[in-house]
Amino acid sequence: MRIAVVLTMVPDLVEELEIDASGKALDTQWLHYVLSETDDHALEQALLLKDRHGAHVSVFALDYGDADQTLFTALAKGADEALKITPLPEGVLGRREAAAIFADVLRAHPADLILTGVQAINDLDGHLAGLLGGLLNLPFVGVTRSVEATGEGGIIVQKEYPGGAAAEISVPLPAVIGVISAPQPPRYVPVARIREAMKTRSIDTVAASGAAAQPVPTILRMYKPQAAGQATMITGAPEHVARELAAILESRGLLR
Amino acid sequence: MLSAPPRPWQHEFYPCIQCGMCGGSCPLGHAMDYTPRRVIHLAREGLLDDVLRSTTPWLCVSCYTCTARCPGDLKITDVLFPALRDAAMAAGVQPPPEMKKALDNTYRYGNPFGEGVRKRLEWTRAAGVPVPVISQVKRPVDVLWIVECYPSFHPRNQRQAQALARLLHALGVDFAVLGPEEHCIGDCERLAGEHGLFESLVEYNAGLLDRYEYGEIVTGDPHAMNSLKRVYPGLGHRYPVSHYVEFLARRLEALRPLLRTPINAKVTYHDNCCLGRICGIYDAPRNLLRAIPGVTFVEMPFSREISLCCGGGGGGMWLDTMIWQTAHERLSDRRIAHALASGAEILAVSCPFETSRFEDALKSTGNEGRLVVRDILELLDESMAPASEVHT
Repeated sequence: MRIAVVLTMVPDLVEELEIDASGKALDTQWLHYVLSETDDHALEQALLLKDRHGAHVSVFALDYGDADQTLFTALAKGADEALKITPLPEGVLGRREAAAIFADVLRAHPADLILTGVQAINDLDGHLAGLLGGLLNLPFVGVTRSVEATGEGGIIVQKEYPGGAAAEISVPLPAVIGVISAPQPPRYVPVARIREAMKTRSIDTVAASGAAAQPVPTILRMYKPQAAGQATMITGAPEHVARELAAILESRGLLR
Repeated sequence: MLSAPPRPWQHEFYPCIQCGMCGGSCPLGHAMDYTPRRVIHLAREGLLDDVLRSTTPWLCVSCYTCTARCPGDLKITDVLFPALRDAAMAAGVQPPPEMKKALDNTYRYGNPFGEGVRKRLEWTRAAGVPVPVISQVKRPVDVLWIVECYPSFHPRNQRQAQALARLLHALGVDFAVLGPEEHCIGDCERLAGEHGLFESLVEYNAGLLDRYEYGEIVTGDPHAMNSLKRVYPGLGHRYPVSHYVEFLARRLEALRPLLRTPINAKVTYHDNCCLGRICGIYDAPRNLLRAIPGVTFVEMPFSREISLCCGGGGGGMWLDTMIWQTAHERLSDRRIAHALASGAEILAVSCPFETSRFEDALKSTGNEGRLVVRDILELLDESMAPASEVHT
């Protein structure tokens, strides 16, 4: 099985985000990009499939943020091939533009299974996984927590639904899967192995194309979230705290 | 060479006479599937697979008791356990989740908390005295203070950093900190078996420390001192470094007149592993405590060379859940009983890991309120403050 994993970078929330002077974009002075959490799970899902069934795993990333570090880490974890899409068009890419660029590259590097995160914290104009399914005209299932090969050229995915419900869905290949989580947390790879990958492995580059025809959103103004209320700290003897809590719950209609 | 080379058992541990002193003296040996003696035996025979997949590699908290007792002077703490952990990870074993997160954070952000560089100096806001940053003073300083990660970011430990800032200021010491440029020195990462991460931290820190001019390095973290003093030189990076207890004890005559407010309490001291068993520093912390007016110093059971580890070293701060699940106790819970047995009202410490570990231990053993845990820095600082500001 050939598996393609599409990796995207999102702003690192370790540093507080600031809006720049234009009021329309994030201030990039302290802004760092890191691998999107659900994409990290998509990579883990691919590596689990490789561990269990054997597969050729290729990872793809656009050339910004920590792309090189992310791709070398993926190679150290067990990916077979890393491709960086560069150079990119000027400016911050929308999701539709990014999806079009990835779709063009994936047409040239066909895979049986395309895995990516189902959502990212900076999704503004759509989600990459669903957009890729549409652009590549492939079956798409999102919000999966497990992908298993059937041995008959297909996969069975576990898809989550609201309210704690889940479904097992049989999906023919090729397909695009939007991963919410892998069956196990993303694996830790010792730094020595990442450093070794940086010395002994290489990242292939492919040209970006396909973004021009895509609609892009226009940002009129960005706002920081405003605190709408604050926590009430209840102090005193345990009996007093319990009475206060019970009164609050009753006032909200939560006690019967 | 104290940074663990890969697979050292064929040569470095060949002289082991299999006496079993290591497992017998290990405070967590009873919980290990394989004691260090058995690990060495199996490793020589090429039978490590089961060991690597057991909990044994993750039960060491780097207290150095086995190393101190080993008649063959084998480097069990510095070499065997880091190499075991490295081999386990190479064999596909995942480190316990808390440790995994801390290592990942350190690689990404230079600190195990995963905090951004801009937060490195937040503790200085409440210091009450200027804390110069060496990149901004643009001149040589007498003392470069390596604050380290826990005093920089952990809310409990920030009070220790603030106290040292006030003490240095009161003594008129010409000092500066690294500020946003500071990264973890890497002692716990080294002992956690992450030699690649340790190497990358050494490269970064050596580049940073070689960039500035200063007379000496002072740190409040005994683990940082351990690596800077004993491991960095073996990698070609030699620095004049001391822990604050040595630095302040050398200035005791200048410090003594500043200690005006009595702390009328019976005080005991916990010897941490790095200052005590590794570096043999026992008198300096005691001399500092005895210099505080009002203090009656008492020794606790198992002091000095035979002190019991708090359980936080060598990555132990990130192994509590795993150790609790395996050994059904934390060493800090056992150690706090020793402090209580001394009859002291204050347990003094000199390592940032210990304040929160022992305060937690007081709560988890049902002894909250029976003892106060204070870093020596906090006690010195309180003694410098007017009596109305003392909070013991």
